[in-house]
Amino acid sequence: MKKQPKPKVAFFDFTDCEGCQLQFANMGQTLLDLTQLVDIVRFREIMSEESEDYDIAFIEGSISTDNDVNRIKKIREKAKVLISLGACATIGGVNGVKNRASLDLAKQRVYAEKADTINTIPAMPVHKVVQVDYFINGCPVYIPEILNVIKCVVMGRPYVVPNYAVCSECKINENVCLYEKDQECMGPVTRAGCNSWCVNNGNRCYGCRGLVENPAVDAAKDILLKYGLKLEDILQRFTLYNDSMGDKYDQEFKKG
Amino acid sequence: MTKSSKKVDSKNVKVDVHYLTRVEGHGNIVVDVKEGKLTKCEFQVIESPRFFESMLVARSIWEAQHLTSRICGICACGHSLASIKAGEDALGIKPSDETIMLRKLLLYTEQMDSHILHIYILVAPDLLGVKSIVPLIKTHRPVIEMALRMKKMSDYAGEVLAGRHIHPISYVIGGLTQLPQRENLEKLYKLMLEARKDGEATVKLMKKLKFPEFQRPTQYMSLASDEEYAMYDGDLVVNGKAKTKIRDYKKLFSEKVLDYSRAKIATINGKPYAVGALSRFNNNSDKLNKKAKQVAKELGLVAPCHNPYLNTVAQLVEWVHCLEESIVIMEKILKHGLDEERIVVSSWPKRSEIDKIKYKANTGVGCVEVPRGSLFHEYSIDETSHITQANCVIPTNQNMANLEEDMRKLVPELLGKKTQEEITLDLEMLARAYDPCISCATHILDIKFVK
Repeated sequence: MKKQPKPKVAFFDFTDCEGCQLQFANMGQTLLDLTQLVDIVRFREIMSEESEDYDIAFIEGSISTDNDVNRIKKIREKAKVLISLGACATIGGVNGVKNRASLDLAKQRVYAEKADTINTIPAMPVHKVVQVDYFINGCPVYIPEILNVIKCVVMGRPYVVPNYAVCSECKINENVCLYEKDQECMGPVTRAGCNSWCVNNGNRCYGCRGLVENPAVDAAKDILLKYGLKLEDILQRFTLYNDSMGDKYDQEFKKG
Repeated sequence: MTKSSKKVDSKNVKVDVHYLTRVEGHGNIVVDVKEGKLTKCEFQVIESPRFFESMLVARSIWEAQHLTSRICGICACGHSLASIKAGEDALGIKPSDETIMLRKLLLYTEQMDSHILHIYILVAPDLLGVKSIVPLIKTHRPVIEMALRMKKMSDYAGEVLAGRHIHPISYVIGGLTQLPQRENLEKLYKLMLEARKDGEATVKLMKKLKFPEFQRPTQYMSLASDEEYAMYDGDLVVNGKAKTKIRDYKKLFSEKVLDYSRAKIATINGKPYAVGALSRFNNNSDKLNKKAKQVAKELGLVAPCHNPYLNTVAQLVEWVHCLEESIVIMEKILKHGLDEERIVVSSWPKRSEIDKIKYKANTGVGCVEVPRGSLFHEYSIDETSHITQANCVIPTNQNMANLEEDMRKLVPELLGKKTQEEITLDLEMLARAYDPCISCATHILDIKFVK
């Protein structure tokens, strides 16, 4: 049997902290094993080689300038498979928080008298601009999930991001519910797949994997009511990761 | 390196490195020499602006750590700790000694992680004449395996201590949300002991590497403390002198925005200054532990060292220091255990109480030494504990003016001796030696600084 050529993989970063790319460097030996499956041809953070010939493009970061828009379109033209890597790319991530204030105010706050020289547009997830084939959610991405997705890509199968709440994993991990501890938590409305990483470590879920598509809105409202929570505060929490996605969600809640 | 056949033209050199590689974030180097005169010498930060200071406004102080950790994937723990210290300063909260010990441990392991990434993955390829570690996987496989093992050890430390290294989970204002598990600590301790031999091997390799000769004395700023090689706390010193309290950092240096860059540059007394491993070494080398001192001696690093390329060597000395300090802390923890009552807190006040608590409107400053230098977070909060103003001062911004000053001295020294290609590589290596972290550098600035 003729050996198939290894697919060529390229990494691109947009507006972000580059932590999701670094998760690859943190794989250790697994990263070396991975290079038997694919050829890494472009990875600016760790390589000076810059190949324009690639099959699979990992996109990290959100789109937040006009230049970003042009760049991602060109990458899409070349890549056979395009993968959004991490919260910034998949849902806009914390960059979306800047969308809450007017962009003029944000520029003024940070760059003062040089504000006019700054080009910025509302932060967007990658799929708002180009078609995306695979999504790896999370801030940062969870290494076991990266490996699952890569296996799917290489086998040409789709990967379905879990569309049920983090609570289901949290229950399996036998964590005490944050609401029982007089805390609030994004778990009930956030997509699972991280193995309830933050709650396992004693913190709350901040919703970095994005919202489940059909959250039980009424049930969530009942929870809020039961624990005497205020709607505005909860909405404020929801904006940490979901500002570029959350309009629909805001409306659902604000209605009632 | 292969000799370029290109004729050396010392009168006209144009360097334009677009998207400097093997650094964190996006930056350009632009140098222009016309008729033998240096007309342009810039390190341009072109990363998309991220607006963290604006994003923090109106958010709760209790989520500042979570948000600001996302400024940087490499120094996520450092940003978290600077943020936590600023929050505690503003709220008037004092963490327990045990908590501080665990914070130092996290900070040391992050220093190790970042230094190894820089030494092996970002710098070594230049010194070995290749473009990245990828060809080294074939030619130097055992070394790359060792580098990844060392990286993995410190990454595992983040996992054991804080739930993960990139965007730590359990380190919050006041303490930790959960104690690290004993069996994991035991495993980590074993890995640390094993890492000693990898450290020794790295020192041997480092001895063989040849760094460019270049000298330019400058102002070296870092934290300093009478008790230890300062990383977590101390006073700010410049060339070992003139102690400034962290709270008064704005009196020490000033910042301004440049036209060609997304980052601000900082100066002390109107002159550039350096932060990072070499600055810390120059100010505090007498406080290094015995093994680190030995390694410095072996590598010929003597304070004060004025060759910025040797920042990479200072990083290795610090790696050894941090490993030994971490081992001491781990032995203390494994011997005495950790007292949950003195460490564990919830990440937020109780939901039913938070609205009733009246806070004092206040401003807090936090500073820690992160791999690339002194990192500052400053927050003002109102009576509901929401942030009204925020400022983050990033090491890479502080180094920017100093790097350009180095380039201005270096370029004329190389003209006529090296080809344009070689000059370009030397400049890239110089920029890389500072280990710039550009995604960090793009959300600088405080309105108050603007004159």
